[in-house]
Amino acid sequence: MDECRDNRALVDNNEAQTLTSEDIDEMRRQGVKGDEIIEALISNSATYEKKTAFSQEKYRIKKQKKYAPRVLLRRPSARSICEAYFKKYPHRIGFLRVDALSLLLSLANVTANSDILLVDMVGGLLTGAVAERLGAGTGYVCNTYLGSSPYPVDMVRTFNFDNEICKRIVRAPLRDLCLDQTGTSEKPDACNAELNVGTSEKPDASNAELNGQTSSISMEEMSLPSNHEAADSETTVSPQSKMGKTPKAGEKASEEAIKSWKENGFSSLIIAAPDADAWSLAKDLLPLLSYSAPFAIYHQYLQPLATCMHNLQQGKMAIGLQISEPWLREYQVLPSRTHPLMQMSAFGGYILSGTKICSCS
Amino acid sequence: MLCSDGTKKLSFGGSIKDGDLVIVYEKRDVMKAVKVCETSVLQNRFGVFKHSDWIGKPFGSKVLSNKGGFVYLLAPTPELWTLVLSHRTQILYIADISFLITYLEIVPGSLVLESGTGSGSLTTSLARAVAPTGHVYTFDFHQQRAASAREDFQSTGVDSLVTVGVRDIQGEGFPDEYSGLADSVFLDLPQPWLAIPSAGKMLKQDGTLCSFSPCIEQVQRTCEALKSNFRDIRTFEVLLRTFEVHEGKIDSCQGEEGLSVRSPPCKRRHRSSEGSTKQDSSSSPTIKVRSHWLFDIFKTAMSLMKNLHVDSLYIQMFLALVFDRLEKFRRKFCPVACGQQFLFSFRMLGSKCRKTFLCRREKVC
Repeated sequence: MDECRDNRALVDNNEAQTLTSEDIDEMRRQGVKGDEIIEALISNSATYEKKTAFSQEKYRIKKQKKYAPRVLLRRPSARSICEAYFKKYPHRIGFLRVDALSLLLSLANVTANSDILLVDMVGGLLTGAVAERLGAGTGYVCNTYLGSSPYPVDMVRTFNFDNEICKRIVRAPLRDLCLDQTGTSEKPDACNAELNVGTSEKPDASNAELNGQTSSISMEEMSLPSNHEAADSETTVSPQSKMGKTPKAGEKASEEAIKSWKENGFSSLIIAAPDADAWSLAKDLLPLLSYSAPFAIYHQYLQPLATCMHNLQQGKMAIGLQISEPWLREYQVLPSRTHPLMQMSAFGGYILSGTKICSCS
Repeated sequence: MLCSDGTKKLSFGGSIKDGDLVIVYEKRDVMKAVKVCETSVLQNRFGVFKHSDWIGKPFGSKVLSNKGGFVYLLAPTPELWTLVLSHRTQILYIADISFLITYLEIVPGSLVLESGTGSGSLTTSLARAVAPTGHVYTFDFHQQRAASAREDFQSTGVDSLVTVGVRDIQGEGFPDEYSGLADSVFLDLPQPWLAIPSAGKMLKQDGTLCSFSPCIEQVQRTCEALKSNFRDIRTFEVLLRTFEVHEGKIDSCQGEEGLSVRSPPCKRRHRSSEGSTKQDSSSSPTIKVRSHWLFDIFKTAMSLMKNLHVDSLYIQMFLALVFDRLEKFRRKFCPVACGQQFLFSFRMLGSKCRKTFLCRREKVC
């Protein structure tokens, strides 16, 4: 069906519509329905008939959005929350685009009944998305942080999780997770036992480095661990016993959980710290993973990830390393009007992914 | 691969057992799925690996061959599986898989219908997403491919979460028994618009549908068919750009054969080999050349010969030695079957300033 109209005679001088805004307000006050206002606008438009069929449809849709808007109520999900924030407040989520977020979830093998270690500096979006895929059941999403105060994860509330899932979301400072590496934890011992003279250097160096790092972190804090924990356990116990409040997501991780993570390691790691240095986080956190555990690191810029990847390769800490940049283009698909959307996000950050290996031979 | 048992946790901390599926990692793009069997061996260019050596080791371990070469043994994940599975049909890769699982809003406990199964690449990821209480009902009209898919799901351990049916979804639609029960439907069919009405019947209110098509014409017809019953119809194209990282510095020696000029760390489209071959350690950090060092010498010698008048006895002898070694190397590492042929004949002494040097190269190593 060929279109014979075009816009050669149309002049954009704002005189086509004869209804004024006062007229429209009057109609609204009289309780005229949105659809009727639109019909009135169309019949009072001098140029409407001269427009092409597509143009008329576009006009109608534009007016509908303004005078007769329709909303579809849907339950929140990782993708809708991510899209909303990316559109409106991208800096709050570190410019983490939906496809980058979904890549993180896949590359890190996020699934039910697993223990996932997170560094979430994107407002809680990542925590929520991971918890959504983790579901209820066993397994935890553990948010870790350097220092003594956790990063804000307010966005988790927008996910509307029920109690069961909220219970899965916990936090633990990095020093708590690392503490026993110097002492009697099984993994380093097994590592040392198996070492041959020829290859002993690197694993030793990396362990020593970790110990040095841990002690410097705990020295920064200076607080006595026992008092700190006692105080914390008090604060977590009292709200529950007092008011029978529902557990908020992001409670402190229990002792037994921390113990089991130290024994078995986490099953995967995701880091979304767009302003932090990837390598310094990775080198402290990778040792907390079990062997053959996948990890994914999101960053806004390429160079820190390149450095991190290089260091991981040198240190033989991981294999299958890859830096990917997700590319996303949305299309409008309508009969005879199929084309990419006019605006496309050209920047969704970069992701470094890999698998941790056993560095002892 | 997954933990459907709620009492156990997914942990790769377990060690490799007889009968486990492992992913043998040689280097980034060379991986293979192998079922561990006490009596079997794995043979590749690094040597012979006995499976019995693997049993008891943790996943993620490095294992050695009889020749001292090594590979890594990784625990299977849907991502790794997608890269190693045998292609009976064209498969979906991680960029599309990860994106559509997020958009379909699949969570543990979801019921997902899929057609066609193909080689099961997406199906494995769907199984992970719905575990442990959900289920994936996948259909393919090809009997044998459906059977192969079932075998794959058994070896990867997701068979409790996936049911493969043989059915022509385009022609017959989905089975009525799932009407109104599906949380999500995924279509990868040549004419998905024929399956849209049935998909609509299967889905719960607020359920999600995704159709994957390579051609825009198919997308257009599908969108047209969706208009009546579906809202929020969106179409996307997803890609992944990958980067490789190299350390290097710009070399001042230009034009000499065998040396390459590299630029400082940045994105490059170059394969970085994680070199599990027993290699000479003579390669300096700034130079990353693919070929063996002997070949570099050969190339240098060739350029020398072009420029010099080879009358010195010592140079002739040296060159003879190089070519001799190169020939031995060639025989050892470059089998003639590759179509390479080096032929040297060299006349020394007795012929004044005559270099009767023949080198026939059909294909450069």
